[in-house]
Amino acid sequence: MNGPKLPLTKNIEIGRAPFTLAQYQAAGGYVSVTKALAMEPKAVREQVKDSGLGGRGGAGFNTGLKWSFVPEPDGGPRYLVVNGDEMEPGTFKDRLLMEYDPHLLVEGVITSSIAIQASQAYIFLRGEYKAAEKALQQAIKEAYEAGFLGKNIQGSNFSLDLCLHTSAGRYICGEETALINALEGKRANPRFKPPFPQVSGLWGRPTVVNNVETICNVPGIISYGVEWFKSLGINGQTGTRISGVSGRVKNPGCWEMPVGTTFRTLFEDFAGGMLDGYEMKAFLPGGGSTDFLLPEHLDLPMIPGDVAKAGSRLGTSLIMVLDDKTCPIGCIENLMKFFAHESCGWCTPCRDGLPWTEHMMHKLETGTGSMEDIERLEEMTRYMAPGNTFCALAPGAAEPLQSGLKHFRDEFIEHVQHGCKYKQH
Amino acid sequence: MSNIIASTAPKARALTPEEIHEIEHEKTHYPYAQAVGLEALKIVQKYQGWVSDESLLAVAEYLDLAPDELEGVATFFNMIFRRPVGRHVIQFCDSVACWMLGCDSLKGHITSTLGIEYGETTADNMFTLIPVPCLGDCDKAPVLQVGDVVYRNLTPEKIDQIIADLRAQA
Repeated sequence: MNGPKLPLTKNIEIGRAPFTLAQYQAAGGYVSVTKALAMEPKAVREQVKDSGLGGRGGAGFNTGLKWSFVPEPDGGPRYLVVNGDEMEPGTFKDRLLMEYDPHLLVEGVITSSIAIQASQAYIFLRGEYKAAEKALQQAIKEAYEAGFLGKNIQGSNFSLDLCLHTSAGRYICGEETALINALEGKRANPRFKPPFPQVSGLWGRPTVVNNVETICNVPGIISYGVEWFKSLGINGQTGTRISGVSGRVKNPGCWEMPVGTTFRTLFEDFAGGMLDGYEMKAFLPGGGSTDFLLPEHLDLPMIPGDVAKAGSRLGTSLIMVLDDKTCPIGCIENLMKFFAHESCGWCTPCRDGLPWTEHMMHKLETGTGSMEDIERLEEMTRYMAPGNTFCALAPGAAEPLQSGLKHFRDEFIEHVQHGCKYKQH
Repeated sequence: MSNIIASTAPKARALTPEEIHEIEHEKTHYPYAQAVGLEALKIVQKYQGWVSDESLLAVAEYLDLAPDELEGVATFFNMIFRRPVGRHVIQFCDSVACWMLGCDSLKGHITSTLGIEYGETTADNMFTLIPVPCLGDCDKAPVLQVGDVVYRNLTPEKIDQIIADLRAQA
């Protein structure tokens, strides 16, 4: 079946106001809502599952499969929550989608709510994203006026309310159970799992939490079909996703591309390679909580499994390039400061381990560190490993540290012996 | 009893009609008062600039929430201000993408220009400087945000201009 090549960004033109509902509909928008209303909810879920769409928030879990864990309707409320709390260091894709094509997200919310039979949806938007808030408010208002939200959508038996919730801050709200607590007006500490949110989430009711970009993929899958979605990917993958580059490159930015594109294509063809006078030392493949990869890994396709084999995580697939004139120890110190600050304080390895880690990194960076500190840092990565903590924050923080200790060991030792040699910070 | 010593502990102030109107509107979006609590703190802050003890108690009283629990929420979220802030809150991004492009020296430029560190407010109550987690504009790093406006590709000269413009606005 025919459909757009770049379904996520086809309506986006930087500098132009986002499409109104009329413009968006003229460009083929809201077709998926009409289609999904005529389908069995299970069939909508199956299509999304068969499309191979993986979560775009960082974990990459099959979206349709995640939906399939929601129990059958029992007459009580069920919730869809969109995670628009983009705060992973180096990640700037959801901002683009929400500021420039808010109707795509709203359409995705409606179609996904039909799939899981949700009666209420929330978009959990990070509080600093003021332009996205304005764009989404307008889009939601238009959707209500056009009968795409509210009671008996498009004359069907299906009703849905959508509320835009602006967050009051904190990185931990990106963790889905912490997000649910924040939405309930509580401190955003993560919850114990199981039960998973699909069974017992927001106010103890079945809840699905999906990332903005994930939900933005749903309209295309339902409008144009699974085969079309599959035809978009390369290297055995399906669909498109937004990847990007920051750091000292010629043309930093983010772009939609086939899932399965290599890091090299992203880095060289889209971002134009390094600025003159700089070389790539390493890169973080998908946010601050991923392991450093090296220039030799550039030919890897951006596929979660392939990146995992190389010892890292694809994460959000927005890469941050560390150049040869910027101190890797200072870079890791900055990351540890971030994670220490953003720990919710619930469990010990995170609450106590991260500030201690930051302190040792600071000592090393300022020339007062010791070889013992390096050994301690190695220990810390084990204390903060998966299984020792309540959520993924501390294990994520350990990733740039453990890979840094591996790839830049000489520089750690040099910092102990001679202090920091880098001028440029 | 007439000899009870008058308490100096803060007391709830009266919420304004505008605040009550907006809090009532938020009630329609959430089935429980606790969820409205955080929204109400944001509403109060919008009108008052920050959340004083008197405001916090007023919200707790209005929504029938435990004040201590609401306080725990208020102090958890970094966008709820439990101390007065200046007219313009400079949210300075110092996360890794901005750091790699030299935000440390820019922060130094701001602190020396305004004479304040993180968490402090200028004597004329014009500016408060706080750090903010990655603002999600990394391809235009370094960045900072004031109110609704994100300032991108910062240089010391641009920062001087931003500060001058904000002063002129006041």
